Amino acid sequence: MERDYDKIPGTYPLDSRTYRKGYHVNMFLMSLNKASCRDEFSKDERAYLDKFKMSEEQKLAVLERRYLDLLKLGANVYYAFKLVSFDRQPPQVMYGQMAEPRLTFDEFQQMMLEGGRPITGNRSVEEWNNG
Amino acid sequence: MAKLIAGMGTSHVPGLGAAMDNGKTQEAYWKGLFEGLEPLRQWHEANTPDVNIIVYNDHATEFSLDNYSTFTVGVGESFKPADEGWGPRQVPEMRGHPELAWHLIESVMADEFDLAVNASMDLDHGFTVPLSVAYGQPPEWPTAVVPVCVNVIQHPLPTALRCYKLGQAIGKAVASYPDDITVGIWGTGGLSHQLGGERVGVVNPEFDELFLDNLTKDPLANTRLSHTDFMREAGCEGVEMIMWNVMRGALGDSVEEVFRLYHIPVSATAYGAIILENR
Repeated sequence: MERDYDKIPGTYPLDSRTYRKGYHVNMFLMSLNKASCRDEFSKDERAYLDKFKMSEEQKLAVLERRYLDLLKLGANVYYAFKLVSFDRQPPQVMYGQMAEPRLTFDEFQQMMLEGGRPITGNRSVEEWNNG
Repeated sequence: MAKLIAGMGTSHVPGLGAAMDNGKTQEAYWKGLFEGLEPLRQWHEANTPDVNIIVYNDHATEFSLDNYSTFTVGVGESFKPADEGWGPRQVPEMRGHPELAWHLIESVMADEFDLAVNASMDLDHGFTVPLSVAYGQPPEWPTAVVPVCVNVIQHPLPTALRCYKLGQAIGKAVASYPDDITVGIWGTGGLSHQLGGERVGVVNPEFDELFLDNLTKDPLANTRLSHTDFMREAGCEGVEMIMWNVMRGALGDSVEEVFRLYHIPVSATAYGAIILENR
């Protein structure tokens, strides 16, 4: 079923649709809260991922740290932070990678220092398509 | 009888905690913000209640897809800072107030709110960062706490109005608590906040400032916003702002704004803080 927030561009809330699609990938991400799981993941990322009933596409997105693809495959950003933290990276690396167009860490920081992404023109998919 | 003295709203971005934990508050990026927070710190020093009821959200730390309640109250004797992926923050444990927590649960349940009760939840940045914002880096926190966790990340979420009404019920519960203690209530999260997707980093100062204005001028206006309004105008995770409605609902009709700070950026977000004294 469509939701009224589907019209907001570039936005991936955790709802019943993403819940079901992303259940296993999010539970993998959540497992990284535990130091023992982080250790196991760091020893052999692929072997650890194979313990979860994730799709191959989801596993590859994790291994290659493709964050926007992860969101499209059902991961939620609050959960995705666990992977960024695992890599000991600042979140701006993930933000920049997801942004349209893609931004480096410095470019993302600069955008925020200049007041952030303006809301004008970023409220609806329609505005983006006409953009 | 217990007295609710004031409400505070503050963002709870993890970067704020990290800046304090790692001694970065004097760096150019953070300096302006922490200077701006000085009067807030002074206010807290002069107005330390016995207990703070802190309305926060968990970020896939204790609650997840497997088990997520809409409203959860912590009744533990104490709470630990959580490991949310990078090891627990090195901040003191939090002292609970089970007696007030249980009174609150009994009173609020009688007012038709069905709460989950939790005795052992660890508290993540959503809870510990506001404590650091208010009290800095003391060897132990100066007040006991009652955690109230709201689901603002896994839809369907409670409405903005439901949050306000929960606040009203909490205010009533505090007023009927028999001991002569002072209580504060904090709403946390927000403000403009889009952390994921191609639109990451969206900031809408007009929307945020109006929300802050409405806390004194027209608090019910903030209850008429839909989740989609928040998500469209203030970013997908801007919907965290509904937790401020719990704080505002708990206060009386007449409040005075004694502090406000609005600052861009903190990480990918806009930082907001406010203190409202009950009159």
